Amino acid sequence: MTENGTTTNILISGVGGQGVLLASYVLGQAAMKEGYEVKQSEVHGMSQRGGSVVSHLRFGERLASPIVTQGTADFLLSFEPLEALRFFNWLRPGALLIYNTLRVNPSTVAAGLATYPDGIHERIAQAWPNSRGIDATLLAEEAGTAKATNIVMLGSIARELPFPLETWRHIIGRVVPPKTVDTNMKAFELGRAAGR
Amino acid sequence: MKDILSGNEAIARGAWEAGVRFAAAYPGTPSTEILENIRGYEDIESQWSPNEKVATEVALGASIAGARSLAVMKHVGVNVAADPLFTASYTGVNGGFVMITADDPAMHSSQNEQDNRNYARFAKVPLLEPSDSQEAKDMLKLAFELSEEFDTPVLFRTTTRISHSKTMVELGERAALEPLTVLEKDVPKYTMLPGFARAKHPKVEQRILDLAQRAETLDVNRIEMGDPAVGIVASGVVYQYAREAFPGASFLKLGMTYPLPQGMVEKFRSKVDRLYVVEELDPFLEERIRLMGVKVDGGKSVFPITGELDPGLVARLLTAAGAPGADGDLLTEPGPGAEGLPMRPPTLCPGCSHRGVFTVLSRLKVFVSGDIGCYTLGAMPPFGAMHSCVCMGASIGMAHGISKVTDAQGQIKNQTVAVIGDSTFFHSGITGLMDTIWNRGASTTIILDNRTTAMTGGQETPGTGKTLSGEPAAEVDIPRLVEALGVKRIAYMDPYDLTETEEVIRRELEAPEPSVIIARAPCVLQFKIMNDPWTVDSELCNGCKRCLRVGCVALSLIEGEGEEDTLVEIDPVQCNGCGVCAQMCRFGAILPPVPVEA
Repeated sequence: MTENGTTTNILISGVGGQGVLLASYVLGQAAMKEGYEVKQSEVHGMSQRGGSVVSHLRFGERLASPIVTQGTADFLLSFEPLEALRFFNWLRPGALLIYNTLRVNPSTVAAGLATYPDGIHERIAQAWPNSRGIDATLLAEEAGTAKATNIVMLGSIARELPFPLETWRHIIGRVVPPKTVDTNMKAFELGRAAGR
Repeated sequence: MKDILSGNEAIARGAWEAGVRFAAAYPGTPSTEILENIRGYEDIESQWSPNEKVATEVALGASIAGARSLAVMKHVGVNVAADPLFTASYTGVNGGFVMITADDPAMHSSQNEQDNRNYARFAKVPLLEPSDSQEAKDMLKLAFELSEEFDTPVLFRTTTRISHSKTMVELGERAALEPLTVLEKDVPKYTMLPGFARAKHPKVEQRILDLAQRAETLDVNRIEMGDPAVGIVASGVVYQYAREAFPGASFLKLGMTYPLPQGMVEKFRSKVDRLYVVEELDPFLEERIRLMGVKVDGGKSVFPITGELDPGLVARLLTAAGAPGADGDLLTEPGPGAEGLPMRPPTLCPGCSHRGVFTVLSRLKVFVSGDIGCYTLGAMPPFGAMHSCVCMGASIGMAHGISKVTDAQGQIKNQTVAVIGDSTFFHSGITGLMDTIWNRGASTTIILDNRTTAMTGGQETPGTGKTLSGEPAAEVDIPRLVEALGVKRIAYMDPYDLTETEEVIRRELEAPEPSVIIARAPCVLQFKIMNDPWTVDSELCNGCKRCLRVGCVALSLIEGEGEEDTLVEIDPVQCNGCGVCAQMCRFGAILPPVPVEA
């Protein structure tokens, strides 16, 4: 939170195609339902083509900028370990980093032109002690589909945010395809349990 | 009712509420979603056009017929549309006519960083700049009112951070419209023969003076007094950054940024100790304000002329320039990040039909004169197989120019081939090919016909047989079009077959006359084409990495059983079964999916 304690800054990072933007949308809708002002910013256009994707989400009583300033994020939610390591310094001191432990190779690594960092979980823990890795994709598969990884990630941060459980359920139920509501509710619960 | 809308969604809503009857665009990031959202409002006639010039012309026609009309494009699209824009400034309008330019500071998805505010001054038309989604919706209505009152096109500028940021918007309704049944004619107004245009030019100059007067009383321009020690002039998203950075300062918040309200600027100057102009890219406001003889204590002397700003940057740079009152939270320098991390650039999708073509072009070492689309990623490693890319449609003309002055002496590496997508070919590649044929060129053009405008998210083209709203339409026949331009050699290739692709490209490069090669294969992303994954036989793979030259994220190197033993693995989730990597393998180690027995 900022000095006056009224604004929450969340950064969500991941890889194009992982559902970062939908997760950000759910957070924004939940914050609006709880009566906060919401601002959100993301860059898309090339996001479906496997590049890094970042979404900025801010909510509070009164906001101006739609983007989070580096060094002031209260939470970083990363859908991939390398994208956690790339953005941890957007957090303010002591803030919380939650990341999905499943590695997704960048194209540079796939082409043999770069190597994926060794011991990435240790590097993240060293760089940002207040971090938690969760196997969100495995939990999503347990819920029914790996596609629900983004909903598991939302579950993992749910306890940290001032939104009641029914708000989360209401918004998720509204944005996911009707046939997948049960799977996504389960994914959310598994994420919530893992986020402790 | 409130909703969280992106700037682009808010503009679409604003168009509907403002009674817009007609909207046209060519897709381009960050503007694309405006028309995609307008499509949802059935009482607006909306369409993709082949390019931005045509979009502007059809919208201008609709305006002359009495409709409020909108032409939408990204910043570089205005270059294409500048011809009609500059003379529409002379003709003026009937129904309100607004051109939206979505600029891209920091070039998130663009080939240059031009500041299109300069077009307002150049074309002598008013310029509006919203600073969030609510303003985007409200100011679009104002834009139409000003257009009709002052008989002028209006330029409406967003940036990526306005178009793609979501903020809360109070929604309104649309008033019912009467049908347009009478087409009025006015030769001196709309027919810009020199005699008529000469009469118009002084009116255009007077119009800007009149608009500057109106700017003094528009409520989108306002002085927000706070601490008089620091006065900040800002517009667009930068106003929000500066508000965040200096919550207690005084602001001159400008919604109309051309022409400027000189009286208001002077009044603001007299109320504050120091005046700073905070703006991204060019010193557009700063120069206008200095020309008024108003003292500016910091502008481009404080802020960079390239890239985006952000609240932290505004706080730190203005504080360093001596301005008190920044939010302390934003002044902390962020800690160092992790170094030496592999980049994660966008890449051709697994299964993409462009992969085989660039694998072959990379091998042939020919000079590839490229164009704008997903296939521009062919310039990236491991291909490195695009050697120029300038603007939409440039590939063919540039290849012709290169081949006109080069004696390749029979060597492929000294030859050039143009590579262009279907949508880009329709946009502005056709005239380049006409030039090549007419002027006795011999270059080869590859048209990658993936049946969509892929890079911007899969919009229809004149070749897909559908309109923006999904209605069936005539389909441009590329081979017959090319033939009509005078091309005698038209070849086809399956871009998933590396041997055939190489043979066809070699043969056409060697031919002493111009040729067109058409690689027709639909975009796997847009058409949701899913094939079963291939697998690697770990016994046969010796880790030679030749397959990695196809640049596919489904492939990766893993540790083998023995020491220093590496081999390739295929991620079954990402692999889309195109089999291009298998054609690179000399050991038969990449195997097709085994059909499930019935």
